[in-house]
Amino acid sequence: MSATKTISMIGHRVINAVWRIGMASRFFVLTLLYSGSSFRRMHLIVKELFSTGVMSLIIIIVAGLFVGMVLGLQGYETLQRYGSESALGVMVALGLVRELGPVVAALLFASRAGSAMTAEIGLMKATEQISAMEMMAVNPIARIVAPRFWAGVISMPLLAAMFSTAGIFGGYFVGVVQIGVDEGSFWSQMQAAVDFRDDIMNGVIKSFVFGTVVTLIALFEGYDAPPTAEGVSGATTRTVVTSSLAILMLDFVLTAIMFRGN
Amino acid sequence: MERTTLDLWVGIFVVLGISALVMLAMKVGNLGTYNGSETYNISAYFDNIGGLKPKASIKSAGVLVGRVTGIALDAERYEAKVEMSLDQRYQFPKDTYASILTSGLLGEQYIGLMPGGDEEMLSNGEQIRKTQSAVVLEELIGKFIFNKVDAPSE
Repeated sequence: MSATKTISMIGHRVINAVWRIGMASRFFVLTLLYSGSSFRRMHLIVKELFSTGVMSLIIIIVAGLFVGMVLGLQGYETLQRYGSESALGVMVALGLVRELGPVVAALLFASRAGSAMTAEIGLMKATEQISAMEMMAVNPIARIVAPRFWAGVISMPLLAAMFSTAGIFGGYFVGVVQIGVDEGSFWSQMQAAVDFRDDIMNGVIKSFVFGTVVTLIALFEGYDAPPTAEGVSGATTRTVVTSSLAILMLDFVLTAIMFRGN
Repeated sequence: MERTTLDLWVGIFVVLGISALVMLAMKVGNLGTYNGSETYNISAYFDNIGGLKPKASIKSAGVLVGRVTGIALDAERYEAKVEMSLDQRYQFPKDTYASILTSGLLGEQYIGLMPGGDEEMLSNGEQIRKTQSAVVLEELIGKFIFNKVDAPSE
């Protein structure tokens, strides 16, 4: 008896998950359809850029600085065993630009800005502000969702670039200023090894994809949250968990496509 | 449309983000080293290119003069054909000698150009005739071991 119950429960969960993916896709298409009007009202996007981008600046830069410093320390420990500590700059820069910059910035963005978006929209729904908008013939997707979506998509690559830059300075500080790796070889080997199109642009494309996915998950979870206090808190948790997993899985797929050893 | 402090903050954010990207491109990446100068292409055949890779540097007297653009196996000659693009500012004689060298003991491999004495210069699409293959470490070790074994019997 319990076996059939378990099976039916698993089936229920799978069907529910597929159902939600379908709804999220429809939500994505609707957001894109209605985003034309949000570009005509730029001030809405600017306002959201402030709360998603500007407010995430400090956490992104501080985190980037420390990640870069740790990379500098650990990289030096390993590289100096092989007498190639001059390759420290290459290691720090490639690690940040290809992987850590886009991924860690997106993880921070999901927990800093994504959760706030979900809670905000979920609460709007719980207090029936969204129903009120529909009543006034204002499309809530055009008015609330689309500006937040574009603010997330625009700010993510910029934040990832700042994260990488801060990280490289962190690595420079630890490696060159504190440990005393040669400054010339730090920068020149870095420049010789980091390719603009293969490394930097692929990193930017990655962070663009992550920005789209994280913002979409956050907005959908908020828009779909049950209009109760418990529902909003559950949706916020789901935003952080789902988008973190999505970032890491997508990162694997994108890395496999972009950096197949050549 | 009135100006608000919010606009200023968003402006600062966007400027910081774009300058971070420019800094990555110029200082970290190799965009700054592309000086936009014209290049010309030449090719060379090698018996063995060792670990040479596309985008490896081409140096003459230690100065970077170009990059490897492509590597392929010539199916008729069974030799590696290496395509190179050189900076137009640097012209090399027709009897230039190209050899595959290694920077440091375990470093990256690059192509070194040793200019000859010919009056005529290499032009676009031409081929370097005199080449020297990469030194493969395993072959060297093999030779060394055989010499050691042979030495006492002589």
